[in-house]
Amino acid sequence: MSNLGSNLDDLYREIILDHYRSPRNRGELDSPPAIRVEGFNPLCGDEIVVYLDVEDGVLKNIKMVGSGCSISQSSASLMSAAVKGKTLKQVRETIAMFKQLMTVQESTLAHDDESPKVDLHALGELAALQGVIKFPVRIKCATLAWNALTQGLDELNRLS
Amino acid sequence: MTSFNAKRVRADIPQLNRVIFDRPITYLDTASTSLQPNAVIDAMSRYYQLRHANVHRAVYQTASEATAAYEGSREAVARFINAPGGAGEVVFTKNATESFNLLAKSWGATFLKAGDVVLVSEMEHHANIVPWFQLREQTGVEVRFIPTTDDYRLDLSRLDELMRGVKLLSITGMSNVLGTINPINELAGVAHRHGAMIAVDGAQSVAHLPTDVVALDIDFLIFTGHKMLGPTGIGVFWTREDILDSMPPFLGGGGMIADVRTDGYTPADGPTRFEAGTPPIAEAVGLNAAVLYLDGLGMTNVVRHERALAGDSLTRLALEFQGRVRVIGPSDTTDRGGVISLDVEGVHPHDVAQVLDQFGVCVRPGHHCAKPLMRRFDLAATVRASYGPYSLAKDTDVLIEALGHAVKMFG
Repeated sequence: MSNLGSNLDDLYREIILDHYRSPRNRGELDSPPAIRVEGFNPLCGDEIVVYLDVEDGVLKNIKMVGSGCSISQSSASLMSAAVKGKTLKQVRETIAMFKQLMTVQESTLAHDDESPKVDLHALGELAALQGVIKFPVRIKCATLAWNALTQGLDELNRLS
Repeated sequence: MTSFNAKRVRADIPQLNRVIFDRPITYLDTASTSLQPNAVIDAMSRYYQLRHANVHRAVYQTASEATAAYEGSREAVARFINAPGGAGEVVFTKNATESFNLLAKSWGATFLKAGDVVLVSEMEHHANIVPWFQLREQTGVEVRFIPTTDDYRLDLSRLDELMRGVKLLSITGMSNVLGTINPINELAGVAHRHGAMIAVDGAQSVAHLPTDVVALDIDFLIFTGHKMLGPTGIGVFWTREDILDSMPPFLGGGGMIADVRTDGYTPADGPTRFEAGTPPIAEAVGLNAAVLYLDGLGMTNVVRHERALAGDSLTRLALEFQGRVRVIGPSDTTDRGGVISLDVEGVHPHDVAQVLDQFGVCVRPGHHCAKPLMRRFDLAATVRASYGPYSLAKDTDVLIEALGHAVKMFG
């Protein structure tokens, strides 16, 4: 029998596999009016298209289509669930929190006394992606959809 | 006939003693880069310990030893591929990619004009595509592609038509994705009948098949040291002496000149004309050791061994996974080497490779610098396992065990 490292279980948490197998908010929105942004990782071919429907400062709806590894696609799905229905300010805060999770050093998670701390509780299901930081080459997979979302919000700013 | 024993080859490779996540390393990424035997590592180490000096410059003892070692490597490489004109036809570059750039930017830019056709194939590495696109921007040559059949071979059914206007056929000896071995000798005949030249990408084939440029009847051969048990940082460009003499210099600088004045320069003769700056001397020493080592194994033994491993692997993958793991490449070992690209149903190649890593299995996920081929088969990427002379069937055991785990995990 193989004795797989706990690292792999950390990476592929059940929540991640669940979002990979049954992605949330899958589909397209008419654009316009919806904002449409593409994310692409030329290195591994992962791609994501994010549609944003914003009304009165609230992200009323978000849909996505794409293909790629379990990390990129589950991260996109988890993201959509976390930001849907939130105000744009809250969406920005969630993005900032997630980006911090992806840049934080491993030691910070291990030792509670270190700062800056990541509030894993506030991240909710998104915290399942923390195992990714032990696999630096996969961080780009995890952040693909988030970068597309950021780009979409920036585009919205320019339009308004 | 030399005797061949893969277990003995394995014992010569120190990196195969590595333990990864409590498991012995299972190295199946030889198509990307091979591991090095002690013979190569020691030769380079001895060179740096005792004989290092710059070549072609000074008159002191170690400098002449370094020069002799560097030029000796050229001779060994020439013998290894049976270069008819000997060492004078062997140019050392940085890698196969630089050799292709030398071909396109020196020979191509000089002898090809707008409307001339460079014929490549869909299964080429980007190194044999991009330099031709760059030449197209510069001179207006046409770049044309031989298509691939559904069973992963070159589609030669309309070759005569494709050959119209072709001045150079530039093609791989063995696909780094599919493992397909192309009929180079036959293609050389076709090219020459049409008055075209033929260049062969030997990055895979020279490392895994016997190569004789005279018997193959080819005009250019390009390969790299690090895929044939040698070091990184050295590539080879071979062409016949008369062609080499007709080619203008590529990179400019020291070492490649006969004379430099305030009003201009005169390039050197022979291969050094293409070797500007201090060349990869230790790497040439390592490459020399690598070709001697491969000669000792016997390339016919190497090809037989790797073909047996590929055959065993193809059979077991089909049995074990019943179609859930699809081989992207010929399904039997006819004209096929030990490169096995896999598409695991419903599991992304990066996830497969990540799980395999935890079993100590080194494979390559990705497009393998062959995106036109990936597009042809509607794939973003594959997981590629590739064998070398040091590979054993037990490597396939671990591969199958780890693949089974990946399938279960994401199934």
